[in-house]
Amino acid sequence: MLRLELTGISKQYPAVRANDQVNLQVAPGQIHAVLGENGAGKSTLMKIIYGAVRPDEGTLRWNGQPVQIANPQQARALGIAMVFQHFSLFDTLSAAENVWLGLDKHMRLPEVTERIRAVSRDYGLDVDPLRPVHTLSVGERQRVEIVRALLTKPQLLILDEPTSVLTPQAVDKLFVTLRQLSAEGCSILYISHKLDEIRALCHHCTVLRGGKVTGEVDPTLETNASLSTLMIGSAPPELAHRPANPGAVALAVRGLNLPKLNPFGTTLADIALEVRAGEIVGIAGVSGNGQQELMAALSGEDPRAPAASIVLFGLDIAAMSPRHRRHLGLHFVPEERLGRGAVPAMSLADNTMLTRTEAVARSGWIDTTAVRQLAERLIAAYNVKAGGPGAPAKSLSGGNLQKFIVGREIDAGPKLLIVSQPTWGVDVGAAAQIRGALLKLRDEGCAVLVVSEELDELFEISDRLQVIAAGRLSPSVPVAQATVAMIGEWMSGLWPGRTAPAAADGAAGAVDAGAQGVQHAAA
Amino acid sequence: MAPQAPWTLVRKGCSMLRLEARPAPSRLFAWASPLLSLVVTIVVATILFSALGKDPVKSLSVFLIEPFNGLRSLTELGLKATPLILCSLGLALCFRSNVWNIGAEGQYLAGAMLAGGLALWFTEQQVGINRWAFVPLAVIAGALGGAFWAAIVALLRDRFNANEILVSLMLVYVANLLLSWLVFGPWKDPKGFNFPQSVSFADGAAMPRIFTGMRLHWGFVLALLAAVGMWLFMSRIYLGWQMQVGGLAPAAARYAGFSTRRALWTALLTSGGLAGVAGAFEVTGPMGQLTPYVSNNYGFTAIIVAFVGRLHPLGCVFGSVLLSTFLIGGELAQSRVGLPSALSGVFQGVLLFSLLACDTLIHYRLRWSAAPRAAGAAA
Repeated sequence: MLRLELTGISKQYPAVRANDQVNLQVAPGQIHAVLGENGAGKSTLMKIIYGAVRPDEGTLRWNGQPVQIANPQQARALGIAMVFQHFSLFDTLSAAENVWLGLDKHMRLPEVTERIRAVSRDYGLDVDPLRPVHTLSVGERQRVEIVRALLTKPQLLILDEPTSVLTPQAVDKLFVTLRQLSAEGCSILYISHKLDEIRALCHHCTVLRGGKVTGEVDPTLETNASLSTLMIGSAPPELAHRPANPGAVALAVRGLNLPKLNPFGTTLADIALEVRAGEIVGIAGVSGNGQQELMAALSGEDPRAPAASIVLFGLDIAAMSPRHRRHLGLHFVPEERLGRGAVPAMSLADNTMLTRTEAVARSGWIDTTAVRQLAERLIAAYNVKAGGPGAPAKSLSGGNLQKFIVGREIDAGPKLLIVSQPTWGVDVGAAAQIRGALLKLRDEGCAVLVVSEELDELFEISDRLQVIAAGRLSPSVPVAQATVAMIGEWMSGLWPGRTAPAAADGAAGAVDAGAQGVQHAAA
Repeated sequence: MAPQAPWTLVRKGCSMLRLEARPAPSRLFAWASPLLSLVVTIVVATILFSALGKDPVKSLSVFLIEPFNGLRSLTELGLKATPLILCSLGLALCFRSNVWNIGAEGQYLAGAMLAGGLALWFTEQQVGINRWAFVPLAVIAGALGGAFWAAIVALLRDRFNANEILVSLMLVYVANLLLSWLVFGPWKDPKGFNFPQSVSFADGAAMPRIFTGMRLHWGFVLALLAAVGMWLFMSRIYLGWQMQVGGLAPAAARYAGFSTRRALWTALLTSGGLAGVAGAFEVTGPMGQLTPYVSNNYGFTAIIVAFVGRLHPLGCVFGSVLLSTFLIGGELAQSRVGLPSALSGVFQGVLLFSLLACDTLIHYRLRWSAAPRAAGAAA
């Protein structure tokens, strides 16, 4: 008997047919991958199973019985748990309170807190249950979601892109957990676009494209190329990564110490890094280890950096505003596309003016024709699928908006481009295009600094790698000498020269390690 | 707890009206929603008139048609619309910049006091001045008074992070009391039979009128020019655009490096200045003297105007005309049909509420559906 069987599921949205006659069969204990690009209909299908969206057609059988799942409570009552890609957490509540909300009401908060601690220990998911969610990074929020799902002891666990925020070791650990769950009879629906992971973990793979099933395969018998052909209709383009030709030092960061702004932020301690013209430096690390703080200090959004700690082409920019830095050639693509990199309600044309002022006269007069032309040029040059320069930023898919924002900054002719999470939540085609654009920019002599949680990506485009852990930055290593295992170890704070292992999270560890370092030096 | 309520809901599902999210906000309804809410207001008015035992058609025509009947009525409409336009323009800029100034009334009074004081000085010193030369002086005095009153709000917000909603509102009462003190005390007309009012301003210290024999003054034209200016500032001037970014997405404004302090000060000084000019026009225009009642609640009504006008400068002009219609219609309804003049306040409220309700249609559309709604309840 199948754990879950979907037959002929269709869902029509006003603008798009998200699912079209989709069939899906999940056996008990099976780890079943659902593979597809962004917009292929994976998320809608999962929401239908979880009762958050109602299908227009089709039937759903749960353990052989036809069911209509009216809402997520009912899905949870049946034994279906889901970890969403976009988190459904209340910002003002603590992690434990958020988890508590989704559970049966007979349990008291301290018990829930204890169980969260136990589950996070068992599965290696580092979560502090008492912290308010608004202070958590994207990765930490996802961990809360995973723990919340595991607490319900589900028969079917749906995971939507769960590994994007984990270290390679943590991914391996999660896979152990998932295999263990599978061996205990829990079925797992694993939504991902990471082909290696699917081939390593999953027993069966259903491929979606444009809302339809385009393949039912055993991933262990497939290659990455054959899977991606099923997924996007063609093999992804190979990136031509020629050896770098580093020039003058563009960005030099020395002795950057920055106390955290809120109790759950990360204190940056003695950050040192250097980016030369014509090279890409990648910064790896699990989210919440100081990436946000480092980016804000480099971009100028956080102006507290000590004097002379950030030097751009020999000029101390530590106290300069983001606009001033931009005039000097430092451009930045932030992690959050909507609300930071772009104003959601404003048109693409208007959004160019966040960082581009060519169309603004000295008097402050805006040349709207020039603004539109710039947006049109970016849309054409970076292959952005949008309704034109007048389309609001929020009407674009994540990948297309990212292409637009990256294009906006590259088109400005930066001398130093800093990119945070260049391809987070971006489909394979767009990701390849963005990476290609970064490499091309490097070959043209621009210095590029990339912060990413996707190691594959960093290994693919970087020339040198550094790792950030607990607010400290590792020494740099040429990518040719780095291995995934080594970088993964560094991501836990264990790199040569560190005298004490710091906790992967939380600045207390970093401070202790620093103090010990001082004592060693004194001795 | 009833076992598994959701199932029963599903089984008993019947056809019902349902809100469905639109793929993109409707541009049509962004403009149709104010009209629709006006229709709702008229329907409510009809019911209300009938309940009060008045002929609804006649009452409505007094309320909504009479204010437009003839040149004299139209000029009175323009006279009422002038302060509303000026105040609502500034508020639209504030609200778009995420600066919640609700104290336009106080800024209006501050402008009225300073301009009124200037007019009194001309009157008492018997300095000869003609009305055209007085206009720029009135504008400057009004703008300075209003901007100063708003600057207190900006300073407290900027330095001490004091909530501008509370501060601007409370300063309204301070301004009100200050005005009362002036007209009950130092500025009281000694020959005014002890009424709380100043002497009437000299003939030269007043706004020039557009038509002889009618009260409408050139301030109305200046208000329309201000609307055009504000429209250009919001749509064509980089600073105006930056301020709207700060209102829509503060993190994007920080990322771009736009100054939030500059936006705060610009928004408050501009709106304070405009409200102050409105006060100056009113006391040196139709009033011709200072009394404790120089405002007809214009500063508060302008908040409704700004939202009815979609926080758009040209929308503010239409909103001002509409709300002026209510004000005049209310007075006419009182004198001609014997309806309470408080009705215009009721209509303002109904209009604002139905506008907020109709705005739902910008992001959602109504659908008849056989299936019951399944998702929303639980998520």
